[in-house]
Amino acid sequence: MSDIYTADPAIVPIKRPTRWHIAVFLAPAVLVYTAIMILPLIETLRLSLYNLVDGQTAFVGLSNFATLFSDPRLSASFWNALGNNLIFFVIHMLVQNPVGVALAAMLSIPKLRFATFYRTAIFVPTLLSFVIVGFIWKLILSPIWGIAPGMLDVVGLKWMFAPWLGRPDSALITVSLISVWQYVGIPMMLIYAALLNIPEEVLEAAECDGITGWGQFWKIKLPLILPSIGIISILTFVGNFNAFDLIYTVQGALAGPDGSTDILGTLLYRTFFGFQNQMGDRSMGATIATVMFLIILAGVSLYLFVIQRRIRRYQF
Amino acid sequence: MTRMLKGLMLATTVLVPAALAGVANAADTALTIESWRNDDLSIWQEKLIPAFEAKNPGIKVTFAPMAPTEYNSAVNAKLEAGTAGDLITCRPFDLSLAMFEKGQLAALNDLDGIKNFSDTAKSAWTTDDGKTTFCVPMASVIHGFIYNKKAFEELKVEVPKTEDEFFALLDKIKTDGNYIPMAMGTKDQWEAATMGYYNIGPNDWKGEDGRKALIAGTQKLTDADWVEPYKTLAKWKPYLGDGFEAQTYPDSQNLFTLGRAAIYPAGSWEIAPFKAQADFEMGAFPPPVKKAGDTCYISDHNDIGIGLNAKGKNPEAAKKFLAWVASPEFATLYANSLPGFFSLNSTAVKMEDPLAQEFVSWRQTCKPTIRPSAAIVGRGKPNLDLEMWRVSANVINGTQTPEQAAEETQKGLDSWYKPAK
Repeated sequence: MSDIYTADPAIVPIKRPTRWHIAVFLAPAVLVYTAIMILPLIETLRLSLYNLVDGQTAFVGLSNFATLFSDPRLSASFWNALGNNLIFFVIHMLVQNPVGVALAAMLSIPKLRFATFYRTAIFVPTLLSFVIVGFIWKLILSPIWGIAPGMLDVVGLKWMFAPWLGRPDSALITVSLISVWQYVGIPMMLIYAALLNIPEEVLEAAECDGITGWGQFWKIKLPLILPSIGIISILTFVGNFNAFDLIYTVQGALAGPDGSTDILGTLLYRTFFGFQNQMGDRSMGATIATVMFLIILAGVSLYLFVIQRRIRRYQF
Repeated sequence: MTRMLKGLMLATTVLVPAALAGVANAADTALTIESWRNDDLSIWQEKLIPAFEAKNPGIKVTFAPMAPTEYNSAVNAKLEAGTAGDLITCRPFDLSLAMFEKGQLAALNDLDGIKNFSDTAKSAWTTDDGKTTFCVPMASVIHGFIYNKKAFEELKVEVPKTEDEFFALLDKIKTDGNYIPMAMGTKDQWEAATMGYYNIGPNDWKGEDGRKALIAGTQKLTDADWVEPYKTLAKWKPYLGDGFEAQTYPDSQNLFTLGRAAIYPAGSWEIAPFKAQADFEMGAFPPPVKKAGDTCYISDHNDIGIGLNAKGKNPEAAKKFLAWVASPEFATLYANSLPGFFSLNSTAVKMEDPLAQEFVSWRQTCKPTIRPSAAIVGRGKPNLDLEMWRVSANVINGTQTPEQAAEETQKGLDSWYKPAK
């Protein structure tokens, strides 16, 4: 038996042929990804260290960042945008994700009829273009042509209606809720999949121990779907801090009224590309983009290195 | 079989390119006009360009407009990358001046027909020393109020002359309840400044006198003359439609042309689209003055010109086009296809449209001025024009007092502008 392992020493160092196919198969993805993601990212980070000095592009170190945080107007817009972005994120975490979990929990009730229909209907907005979503909601909420005032009138709540998108105190919440409406399908689907993955035996065992209904959800199901909730939270975080499109379509690039819906994405757009009579400033735009990148990087690292390690996973 | 194959090959290699060449002759010079006037696309395609091409065979012109708010940054990027068209539509004053100083626009002092324009007309596209002109002036726009004549007849009201009459009129329309007194929203912000502050303001800051004093530094935006228009704007709030805070510019246009609003604070560029939409008679009146007998001032703003891309590929053909734009023929054609864009050509242009005639008649009785944020004080960061959009909207919404608004714009101006002593 043992001579199988102590074979002829002459043929032991089998020289494995270089496995070119790995490189070949990876190449397209690596090349495309490098060309359209990694290089632009590096270029953006580089650009944030340069600025125009006497009409020539020159290396200026961190002075762009210093300007961003010290210039009274620029820093005010930046902190305003960051604050609004945090509110935008918090509303998503407080509304979108719990509602998504609740919907998934309801969908996974075996006796529910038309479950497929509900699932599809709730998921469809996610597939719609943000342009359509923004436009539809602008129309629905329009005080002039919208159906919202009429519908509220039918149920006797006309007094509740206000031009929400035009008021500084309600515009950000309204836009956040539109975004929640659009994307609630994603946490729902992910949690739904996680709930379906819970083996019957676990639930049956729980029932044998007398844990049913809400108790079963809180004590058995929720701990088992926590890793999915973690993933959803981090996806929400990245998505919200990169958000731009919905605000741009609903409120325009000025993100009015009075900058109350201005988030980092719209601030970046106006700074980088310019708006109306204000010329674009690429270096300052790149600086804001870099700060956004760092914020997201910090958030994701916090999740990966601190939170994810503490989440307990269960193997079935 | 081979004959058929040969026939097919002949057809595809010889005949098709020949047929294509018939559509667009290879020898044709192609010119592209960069513009922000996407509303005028059909007029350029159907009236203006054919008129030019009929006279200049061998030159094909394409009108390529884009969204107004993106125009400046986009056209700058194109100019820097060398992909911009030969002809560049010019914004007035500081924006185009910056393009000329960067060497993106060519000087047009020796262009045929540039003599057809007065210095005032050229002022928007001339260097500060007055020596070099870099765009052919095309048109100016005048601000005022357009009103629904039918509504005024039903309510038996007259056009207001003074501010008191104006507010009394608004009160009357409001009490009657059939019409929204004034169609304007603050959601898009620019209407509040452009149709609000710049429209009624010249009466308070005395037109050019105030504007020049602001540039010279002898007046500030916090002076009474510059705060007063904000105070008047703040009084507009109750007369705007329900939910005006969320009302966009197209909403306002539609409210008026559908006959639901009686008065529309306007720029003359609205005339053509309004004519096409509204099925009632429209009239216009200039911004009301404080007291009867006061000199009236109107905003008669050089708004649009056209220049030559200094690095364009077909400068000769482009110059031919510009010379045509400078001709009285173009002036007549343009002013009548787009009533409300008033020709800046020294040759008097006969306009057919009565509403456009009404607007232009104010030039006889009132003193014209341009928008205060356009020249010299509009060069820095923060951009004064954008600042005025924002604060004017705030003042109408009631989220800022007129004094706060004025102070904020002056602070922004102070941060970069040092008037020449």
